[in-house]
Amino acid sequence: MVYLFVGLAGTLGAILRYAIGITFFTHSTFPFTTLFINLIGSFLLAWLTTNLFKRISVSPLLVSAIGTGFVGSFTTFSTLSVETVTLLKDGELLLGIIYIFVSIFGGLLMSRIGFKVSGEAGKS
Amino acid sequence: MSGVHVLLVGIGGFIGAIARFSVSRQLNEFHTPLPIGTLTVNLSGAFLLGMILGAKADTMIALLFGTGFLGAFTTFSTLKLEMIQLRLSKFKKEFILYVVIIYGGGIALAFLGNLVGRHYF
Repeated sequence: MVYLFVGLAGTLGAILRYAIGITFFTHSTFPFTTLFINLIGSFLLAWLTTNLFKRISVSPLLVSAIGTGFVGSFTTFSTLSVETVTLLKDGELLLGIIYIFVSIFGGLLMSRIGFKVSGEAGKS
Repeated sequence: MSGVHVLLVGIGGFIGAIARFSVSRQLNEFHTPLPIGTLTVNLSGAFLLGMILGAKADTMIALLFGTGFLGAFTTFSTLKLEMIQLRLSKFKKEFILYVVIIYGGGIALAFLGNLVGRHYF
């Protein structure tokens, strides 16, 4: 049963990622879309799993569906890797480095912000 | 945004999410210092997506397997959550190792997949 829920939520996550991808920044060399999606998703997953899902009672089925299924499928690593290779191959060395740098540290920061919120909520 | 395209991405996403969930569940049972499940899906997914792009697969296949399946099979949010957990638990060495392996490996494998796709498909 949990597999079905994860799958259905994954469908939504993938379609939303695709819809954003063909709507915004379609003519940009720099992969703003994937970066934006990944940063938002990093915050969301950390915040949901360490904060929201701990404060309100949610069934484990929904936790897996929303966290692993929806947010997990919304964000992507394969596209990030391929886009970096494409930037480097096109001679956009600086953009490639910026992309990786922001993905590493920006992603960590967003995840950390999601965590911090939970820490403060836990104390009060 | 045609209906067929959305459908292909959706079907791929459905299978990709279940496949990731299943692989992670099984592999994360091994208590290794690094989250081996997320590493496996992300590195294999980077290689396969590189291959699809290198082979210049047609739009339908790229949407079903690339954007849908591999996009959902691999994940960035879980990766970051695991990294921050390693970092906050003071596993500094594991944290750095994880960053190096995932980004170094991901880019190298996407490049390799691209070569394989271009020359063999």
